[in-house]
Amino acid sequence: MRAETPFAMVQPFVAGPPPLIDAAPILSAQGLAKSVPAAGGPRRLFAGLDLAVAAGEVVAITGESGVGKSTLLNIIAGLDTPDAGDVRIAGQDVARLNEAARAALRCRQLGFVFQAFHVLPHLDLARNVALPLALAGMPQREALARAEAMLIKVGLGGRGGDWPAALSGGELQRIAIARALVHAPPLVLADEPTGNLDPETARRVLDLLLAQARDEGAAVLIVTHSEMVAAAATRAVRLTADGLAAGTTLAA
Amino acid sequence: MGIMPAPTRWLLIGEWRAQPLRIAVAVLAIAVGVALGFAVHLVNSAALASFGRAVASVQGRADLAVRARSPAGFDEALYPRIARLPAVAAVSPVVELQASWGELARPGERGAGAPKVDGGRFTLLGIDMLRAARVTPGLAAAMAPSIGNQPDWDGDPMWLSPALANAAGVKIGDMFGFTAAGIQVRWKVVGLLPGSEDARLAVIDIAGAQWRFAQLARLQRLDLKLAEGVDADAARRAITAALPADAVLATPEDEASRADALSRAYRVNLGMLALVALLTGGFLVWSAQALSVARRQPQFALLAVLGLPREGLVRQLLIEGLALGLAGALLGVGLGYGLASLVVTQFGGDLGGGYFSGANAQLAFPPLAALVFGALGIVTALAGSLAPALNAARQSPAAALKGMGERPDPARPPRAWPGLALLAAGGVAALGPPLWGLPILGYAAMALLLAGGVALMPALVRALLAPLARAGSGVPAVDLAVRRLWGVPQAASLALSGIVASTALMVAMAVMVASFRQSVDDWLVAVLPSDLYLHLEAADAGGLAPADQARLSAVPGVTNVRFQRLQTIRIDPDRPAVMLMAQGGQASLPMVARTDAPAPPGSTAVLISEPMAWLYGWRVGAVHGVVIGGVERPLFVAGIWRDYARQWGALLLPMADYQRFTGDAHASEAAFDLVPGHDAGIVQKALHEALPPAVAGQAQFGRPAEMRKVALEIFDRSFAVTYALEAIAILIGLAGVATSFSAQVLARMREFGMLRHIGVTQRQILAMLALEGSGLGLLGALAGCTLGLVMALVLVRVINPQSFHWTMDLALPWPVLGGLVLALLACAAGTAVVAGRRALGQGALLAVRADW
Repeated sequence: MRAETPFAMVQPFVAGPPPLIDAAPILSAQGLAKSVPAAGGPRRLFAGLDLAVAAGEVVAITGESGVGKSTLLNIIAGLDTPDAGDVRIAGQDVARLNEAARAALRCRQLGFVFQAFHVLPHLDLARNVALPLALAGMPQREALARAEAMLIKVGLGGRGGDWPAALSGGELQRIAIARALVHAPPLVLADEPTGNLDPETARRVLDLLLAQARDEGAAVLIVTHSEMVAAAATRAVRLTADGLAAGTTLAA
Repeated sequence: MGIMPAPTRWLLIGEWRAQPLRIAVAVLAIAVGVALGFAVHLVNSAALASFGRAVASVQGRADLAVRARSPAGFDEALYPRIARLPAVAAVSPVVELQASWGELARPGERGAGAPKVDGGRFTLLGIDMLRAARVTPGLAAAMAPSIGNQPDWDGDPMWLSPALANAAGVKIGDMFGFTAAGIQVRWKVVGLLPGSEDARLAVIDIAGAQWRFAQLARLQRLDLKLAEGVDADAARRAITAALPADAVLATPEDEASRADALSRAYRVNLGMLALVALLTGGFLVWSAQALSVARRQPQFALLAVLGLPREGLVRQLLIEGLALGLAGALLGVGLGYGLASLVVTQFGGDLGGGYFSGANAQLAFPPLAALVFGALGIVTALAGSLAPALNAARQSPAAALKGMGERPDPARPPRAWPGLALLAAGGVAALGPPLWGLPILGYAAMALLLAGGVALMPALVRALLAPLARAGSGVPAVDLAVRRLWGVPQAASLALSGIVASTALMVAMAVMVASFRQSVDDWLVAVLPSDLYLHLEAADAGGLAPADQARLSAVPGVTNVRFQRLQTIRIDPDRPAVMLMAQGGQASLPMVARTDAPAPPGSTAVLISEPMAWLYGWRVGAVHGVVIGGVERPLFVAGIWRDYARQWGALLLPMADYQRFTGDAHASEAAFDLVPGHDAGIVQKALHEALPPAVAGQAQFGRPAEMRKVALEIFDRSFAVTYALEAIAILIGLAGVATSFSAQVLARMREFGMLRHIGVTQRQILAMLALEGSGLGLLGALAGCTLGLVMALVLVRVINPQSFHWTMDLALPWPVLGGLVLALLACAAGTAVVAGRRALGQGALLAVRADW
């Protein structure tokens, strides 16, 4: 066994933003297909799905409930395997990576925002935000300093020592956004990030997410039912059983 | 089923189906507590009942009896004096001797220190058949049919109870060899005594008894029948006034209540331990219910929104607790009965404790006791469910529905004062005196300490982990684990309560037993300083005459002999007899108190045993009158020695004084110091040959090493039940850790899902869980050990002296304690990892998506 922490293997990746090849999409998926077991044989979620997201892009995926939107996110993140097709993130074929390398990929290249926030109640706000940095092996002091800086950016500056129990839903989601962006990932995956928020709070949280992503140069892939969210995206696509149907591109 | 409304039933069944293992463990914990309590009660009442029947058979159910204070008996001249009293309708004189049968020990063959065969003893009664027919027809009736058969009176006929005939393996017509009053005989069995199945008893004619066993003009008992219409109290007063100093008046109830008193402390000890096991079960129910309530918060919120009032929710949860308790109680009563039958057939009615030898216990099923113990189980389960139920009813349904209900808040530190208050109350209770002769406050102290320790756990976990949580190690898995234990200690202590309770209980018992064993061992070394010991069985009367003693002293290889005479004397008719030990030479005893002051003129200096000092309240330096040799003698208490051999007291008197008081120059024991280099076996053989033939058959030789070994074997056997209780306690504790911890891990699926999304591997999460688990196990084990040591102190310093009237020194069984801590660590970490594997499947990833 090595003497380093179990997370040390991730370390080489956190040195700085990855070198981006111009025009090459940060995420490209081709020919993805997925079925789920169901009574009376497997049910097809989608097939022949192609998707490319370039740096700086905000892509909204809409679709009816149960069509497989979250499964698609999990496949992209390497947490689920497709029946067919492949996913490349920053040029790396996710299917060829082993479990540890996939975890490292998530840690370095991806940020996640969930509908239900998932802020750990037993960590203070700064440590919740610093979690991805700490996982990547960054020294504690430095990780906490960067987390504090990130908290300022999401409007919760100086509250790093507070506990999640005292926060409102909107504040919790801002913590989650800070956690998703603190390690400057090139791609942020968000699953119904505003689903648990009132429209006014949702608006502000979404603005924050998109502004921060833009500042960090991150691409954003959002799964949503919200028309407001879809309208804010540079591109909106609808997930159907036959793959993605182009939606309207609203923003330039 | 109309008892519960349909929704209640659905929820209950749903919950049991969802969490079968945890429910099963909680039910089992209650069942074990109920089973232990019920079994101890059953076994003891069976033993007591049979002992009572045995006593009644020996006594032949007389109204009253005059009994000798010592086996030497009283002068038979008392008999006509009592018979002339107007209140007395009839008197039956009785010679009552303790006898034994069989070859007790042949030198060289069975180890000289071979355990005395309890089954080898019986009570021999010599009665006058015609007089007994009026007073104790039960005894006389046995002999009556034989009179018609004209048995050969010269052929020494005797009648045996069926229990004795079975135990000794003799039948009607056999010659039965036995020893009584130091005399060996072979008599002919001519009949069985009806109606005395439980007692080991033999009846012979009184003239033969007096003549053949050197009891001329002596009687041990007068059975009395009172005249019709006589006031019993007045009769008692009249009879008592006519008694000499060496006789007392007793009723059959005295005997039975003595038997009860004899085993009461032992019984209460076991019963209380069973209740502590039940208490542990209560903690497990509490932790199971609390976890289940936490998990079902959204469910309850939904029910509240659908119109279930708060009281309805509390009722729902209490019904769940009731169902749990009911299942546990039913199972426990069944298990208890099974356990009791097993114990009675395997160990006898005294659980190997040696209190009721000679009685055959028979088990009955008492419905009332079953109800009481079952109800205890149900009450415990209800009590364990109450706090979680009230907690669930306090939650705001709206917040819970949004997944924003009770969120653990590390900013609010857990309260320490309830735990501290309980611990303090326990400390105060431990200082209390015995109530009704029982250490009830001591046991209350144990329960309070246990509850206080468990209640203090959250605050303690937080305080212990604070430095670690503040510093941080830089290793995410470690920091996450530490911060979770520190931040949410309430959750951790739920898992801990069961383990702390059972570890504490187990450590307390292990330390107590180890201390006791160590003290007994030290004591054995102290009281057995000589090289060789001789004991004569059934030599209450007779034994080694002075000439025999001189012959033994002259055996080559022997440098020094101390002879001893053992006699039982009755100081208080309500208490068991006290052992009077007359000793020649310098006594070697482990003293706990002594005075150098000389005995006041006219009094005799004696030493008393620790139980004697407790039971009779005698202090060092005091003078008390005791009837010895028919005259009250002033005895000066010069010291108190530690004695584990005689729970009911012993009194040590110089041999010269004893002989002066009684004129009895016989000895029943001897301790030999040998010339260094002489082989003990050869000397023992020579000593055996030097014994007069009449007593050679009763002789048992012992060497200290063997006697120690045998004594400790007997000790271990009588504590076998305690070891079994300990094993059960640790199993319950481990099962509690396993179920509560795995439930908590499963409840954290979403957290693991999130961690995996942000780049933590399954291995790393399992490492974190293993760390949390072993941290929790370590904390639980340490807290349990500490609490257990305090409880052990209460057991050693309060409960044992109060129930058995002896003290002991504290000894710690380090290997056992260390092994225990390691087992806990392994179990907690292992459970965490196993549960973690279950929680880490695809479910965790989907759980992230779950909208609470």
